[in-house]
Amino acid sequence: MKKIEAIIRTSKFEDVKQALREVGIDFFSYWDATGVGNEVKKAEHSYRGTVYDTSYIPRQLLTIVVRDINVDKTVDAILKAAKTGIIGDGKIFVSPVDESYRIRTEEKGDTSLYNTENK
Amino acid sequence: MKRYLGLIIVVLMTAFASSYLHAEKVADPNGTKTGNITNVTAKTAGQPTVAELGDEVGHNKIATNLVWLLLCGFLVFFMQAGFALVETGFTRAKNVAHTMAMNLFVYPAGMLAFYVCGFAIMFGGVGALGTLGGFDGLNQEVSVNLFGHVFGLFGTKGFFMNGMTDVAVLGFFVFQVVFMDAAATIPTGAMAERWKFASFAIFGFIVGGLIYPIFGNWVWGGGWLATLGSNFGFGHGHVDFAGSSVVHLTGGVLAFVGAKMIGPRIGKYNRDGSPNAIPGHNIPMAVLGTLVLAFGWFGFNSGSTLAGADLRFSVVAFNTMIASCGGALTATLWMWFVRGKKPDVSMMCNGLLAGLVAITAPCAFVTPFGGLMIGLISGIIVVEVAFFVERKLKIDDPVGAIAVHGANGIWGCLALGLFADGTYGDGLNGVAGSVTGLFYGGGSGQFVAEFIGVATNLVFVGLCGWLVFKLLDIFVGNRVKPDVELVGLDVPEMGAEGYSGIKMDKNAETPQSR
Repeated sequence: MKKIEAIIRTSKFEDVKQALREVGIDFFSYWDATGVGNEVKKAEHSYRGTVYDTSYIPRQLLTIVVRDINVDKTVDAILKAAKTGIIGDGKIFVSPVDESYRIRTEEKGDTSLYNTENK
Repeated sequence: MKRYLGLIIVVLMTAFASSYLHAEKVADPNGTKTGNITNVTAKTAGQPTVAELGDEVGHNKIATNLVWLLLCGFLVFFMQAGFALVETGFTRAKNVAHTMAMNLFVYPAGMLAFYVCGFAIMFGGVGALGTLGGFDGLNQEVSVNLFGHVFGLFGTKGFFMNGMTDVAVLGFFVFQVVFMDAAATIPTGAMAERWKFASFAIFGFIVGGLIYPIFGNWVWGGGWLATLGSNFGFGHGHVDFAGSSVVHLTGGVLAFVGAKMIGPRIGKYNRDGSPNAIPGHNIPMAVLGTLVLAFGWFGFNSGSTLAGADLRFSVVAFNTMIASCGGALTATLWMWFVRGKKPDVSMMCNGLLAGLVAITAPCAFVTPFGGLMIGLISGIIVVEVAFFVERKLKIDDPVGAIAVHGANGIWGCLALGLFADGTYGDGLNGVAGSVTGLFYGGGSGQFVAEFIGVATNLVFVGLCGWLVFKLLDIFVGNRVKPDVELVGLDVPEMGAEGYSGIKMDKNAETPQSR
């Protein structure tokens, strides 16, 4: 079991969601995330003649927990769908998960993630 | 079926009843036959005497005037909503309840003070209300005699509206009180996001009861600025048709003094003195407020004829409209291509209002072209003064009140001295002939009178403002504590958030001074 965390462009969220669904991953959580980074921002904010930097970059943070066998195709799907080639496309982190429980049935392990075997 | 039966019975009964009621008079779908000689009040119906006819005509004329005056007064009252929306839209989400509350509370506070003493000081010696039937109970002006000339200082009739139960005076009060509230609510914008509510509340009473009425008396109540013409030959004296100086410059000067004394918001300036942007939280709100103000301004200016029978109000309405066009246009373009790179929305709003403020004094006296020119110039003034105030004087004015109301209040009065076209104002302030400015062959007299009025306002209102804010600072404190300002004034000052249950984003925060 692995946890995949992906920080992606807000504008690419729908593409990534669609790509994940195509490889069978249709359960995940996401958040509005803000950060600072290397993205080169043009000074496009100005208010009453004062140019200002909002100093934060809006992104989406996806958290997906999958079985070990599904890690590669999930990562591939995100890589392909979220890529524009310009600085600021984001990051993907994969980390191990010790245990998982489904609260309703008190199942644990891989079967607590999805009902069907191949997901 | 039963309920339909009931409905049919009701419809039939209504139809029957209405045909019965109208049986005696033929219906008049075009409106051409409604109202004729039988409607004239007369002893013998349909055959009024000449005197009876005359009474009816006179009564109708005054009625038209009073309807016009009150209708316009109600429009001006709606400008309170405009001020509240503009000021709140241009400030941050964490201070909305406080900013809105100031704009609301100035209405009752200022009005009570105006009722107690403001009206008496301002109009207690104005004399007969000519366009409203000639009531002459407001007839006591305290004045001093200097150099053989009478200088009116303040009126003394009508404290607590005592003995003023008269349709003309009470209507006049309603019209005038909303002008006072417009002036009183201007400083709340310049001092927003940091002004202690208790201090503001006391200020509201003082401006409505003393500062505004005293200067107002000098211009509109028969005081010494109005008689500069009859005393010293400066044109028609200080002429201010609807209040560029009386209302807007007064508000602008108080805003200037107040914002200077209370200091900039935390995070507004960096250590090297360069300003940070503190974007307003709701541009749609500010734009809506601007348009509400522009709508109310038609009452503000056109209503100042004080007479619906004075058809000059149509010229006034035109000039009001065209000047707002000019102001918005040049402010936008100046911001877009000269001072910045984008057509800044907040400056667009300021520009529209700048045009309106500038035309307020000369609106009845200038040609359509003059009105447009005054507006076009006001748009550039408002941007330049806003930058000057922010970057050179280091005064933090979140909504641009000083540039809009102060600078263009001055420009509006001076513009009257330049652009007055000499077709209106015969007999105004006791001077025969029309009001004529420098550009139309009237000489410099009118311009000098306008200049004296403006200078007087700057000195008098400025000193009064300084004194009041100083005393308030000593006894109440003008400014909230820094931690209150950082967390937002809504909860510490007012007890509840304006946007309860809504999470503020990064833009609601205070910028970091570098």
